[in-house]
Amino acid sequence: MSAETGGVAELKFRDPRRARELTAALARLVEELHRAPVTLMHVCGTHEQAIARFGLRTSLPPGLRVIMGPGCPVCVTDLGEVDEGVALALQGVRIATYGDMVKLPGSSKSLADAQAEGAQIDVVYSATQAVELARVTDEPVVFFASGFETTAVATAAILLSRPPANFSVLSAHKYVPPAMEAVACLPETRVEGFLAAGHAAVITGYGLFEDFARRHRTPVVVAGFEPLDILAALVRLLEMIRDREYGAANAYPRCVTREGNRRAQESLWRVFEAADGPWRGIGVIPGGNLQLRKEWAAMDARRRFRIDVSGLQQAAQSELSRRCLCGKIMVGLVEPTDCPLFGRQCLPESPVGACMVSSEGTCRIWYQYGGRPDLGGTA
Amino acid sequence: MSKLGDTVAQKHGAGGSAMRALIESVFVAGLGPAGAGLAAMDDGAAIPVGDRFLVLTTDSYVIKPLFFPGGDIGRLAICGTVNDLSVMGATEPLGLTCAVIIEVGFPIADLERIRDSMRATCAEAGATIVTGDTKVMGKGELDGIVINTAGVAFARRVVPDSGLRPGDRIIVTGSVGDHGFAVMAARHKLQLQGALASDVAPLNGLLRAALAAGGDCVSAMKDPTRGGLASALHEMAAKGQVGIVLDEACLPVRPEVRAASELLGIDPLHVANEGKAVIGVRADAADRVLQALQAHTLGRDAAIIGTCVAERPGSVILDTGFGRRLLAEPEGELLPRIC
Repeated sequence: MSAETGGVAELKFRDPRRARELTAALARLVEELHRAPVTLMHVCGTHEQAIARFGLRTSLPPGLRVIMGPGCPVCVTDLGEVDEGVALALQGVRIATYGDMVKLPGSSKSLADAQAEGAQIDVVYSATQAVELARVTDEPVVFFASGFETTAVATAAILLSRPPANFSVLSAHKYVPPAMEAVACLPETRVEGFLAAGHAAVITGYGLFEDFARRHRTPVVVAGFEPLDILAALVRLLEMIRDREYGAANAYPRCVTREGNRRAQESLWRVFEAADGPWRGIGVIPGGNLQLRKEWAAMDARRRFRIDVSGLQQAAQSELSRRCLCGKIMVGLVEPTDCPLFGRQCLPESPVGACMVSSEGTCRIWYQYGGRPDLGGTA
Repeated sequence: MSKLGDTVAQKHGAGGSAMRALIESVFVAGLGPAGAGLAAMDDGAAIPVGDRFLVLTTDSYVIKPLFFPGGDIGRLAICGTVNDLSVMGATEPLGLTCAVIIEVGFPIADLERIRDSMRATCAEAGATIVTGDTKVMGKGELDGIVINTAGVAFARRVVPDSGLRPGDRIIVTGSVGDHGFAVMAARHKLQLQGALASDVAPLNGLLRAALAAGGDCVSAMKDPTRGGLASALHEMAAKGQVGIVLDEACLPVRPEVRAASELLGIDPLHVANEGKAVIGVRADAADRVLQALQAHTLGRDAAIIGTCVAERPGSVILDTGFGRRLLAEPEGELLPRIC
């Protein structure tokens, strides 16, 4: 084995030489725009992971800011939704959920706190696993489901495949396009273009963003998750901004089409409908929540159980959580390092805000990888 | 409640920052700075005897499964102690001790297999077990078997893990992450492609060659066991008050380990090695030491992976070829990612 065969260069989408060409193109484009900084937003925790993991920010031109928007589903799960899960758990209902949801703080308690008080919480890796749990017991099992289009389709598929009668869903699923709408409508927003998440666009298709881009005069480019995918998409986005091309482009053609996966879309909308709902730290997003349609009432934990959250919501908000800037971070107005709690009172082992809980949260990722430190100067 | 919590948690044994906090606040603070090794939290203690140092180290071994691809608990118990002595610069063990605690019901055949493995590894390392102890405990009072070994050896010059200076090169003696992923795959019965095997091996011969080639230019050594290369480098950077810049493209990682790491979302730099050392060398001696390592069977894949800088003391910076980022120190136990 040699360093070359073991290195990252062998991977097609991880060629540092090609990356340098793309970052040079980015620098030229920023210069052509004659204004700095140019702010671009991505809306996906997996994009942030890749950007941080490969240290891409240190090689971007100084006049280009790439920030993360509301792209972490766990982070935008509202306090009230966590309270519903906690209340159900404390009422003795068995809860199955994704691992990151367990530590997420509610108004006064997290599922982990409920677990410490004796509630039954099972961490699952997929919706299928939650149904398997329900199959081997007679007691009710509630799948506390979170995530964007990608995991919502999986939840829909489960409901369409006749799960056992003791299974139901507490949906905290969210729909990303309305959140982009909300960011674009903020009067103080500086976002000039969006990178859309490749895996979600596999389902929705990139055509979905065309109308949005036209109305907000803000181009959208769908991007994959390898470093070169991201850099190439950023180049395309700057070109579109320069050329005043307010449409949607596909920089992930090996996976994404204009129409998307029609069957997955049909399943999604047969089970879910978009409803107005609160996103943590951001506020009510019109059409931002995916709730079960009436036809699925029997499988809807909100209709099936009386969920009493009043006991949880009386506790006063702590002084620390009042100072948390997660909401402003998620709409791209400030960065984690602007928050006085970041890395001091708010740490991965004791998170104050939701962005520090999930491995897809901006604060957690910046804490782990150093965010955008000026590392270029070190020899 | 103390910062550690009320009870010991799994993370306090994982080799990361949580473990260091436990050792520092409970043992080092409580037992005082009497010994040179304990307060410095190095791999072993160095006791001055005449113009030399008697280096002393001890370690207890528990691992699941007891037999894994590439090794077993017996080989691990010999290598771990021999390697802890070696990275202090004491590469010729005078003697080892071996204490074994066994659970009622443990198969004699397995015990004999472990003994044979220990004997063979001792022969490889030129070490001898000179005294020992055996205890048997009731069913459920421990899980199978626990082995403790201790070792003593002389060193003319102790190589600390705190000796890095700006300009020093960082060498790793071979591919990283092999042991951690081999054991993880065996423990969780993961069906991974390729032949993942532990690298567990006694390093005293290899490090003797490195010290012969580098002499006083070898500024620091450490074996990156639990917590992996990331943890070892963090400790060396903090103690030496230097920044370490790693070149990711130079890091030797076997393709099967890389594949497993991408699949599980666990960084190969965060998992244990049991047959590798990380060595700091003054720049002008780096090539000489590298050649000496590569001439040895256990050092064929040795590589210069980074440089020490004066900026950002205590941090480890990874140059990915696309940019730079901080290399995080693992906090507690590693969990495969969810999605």
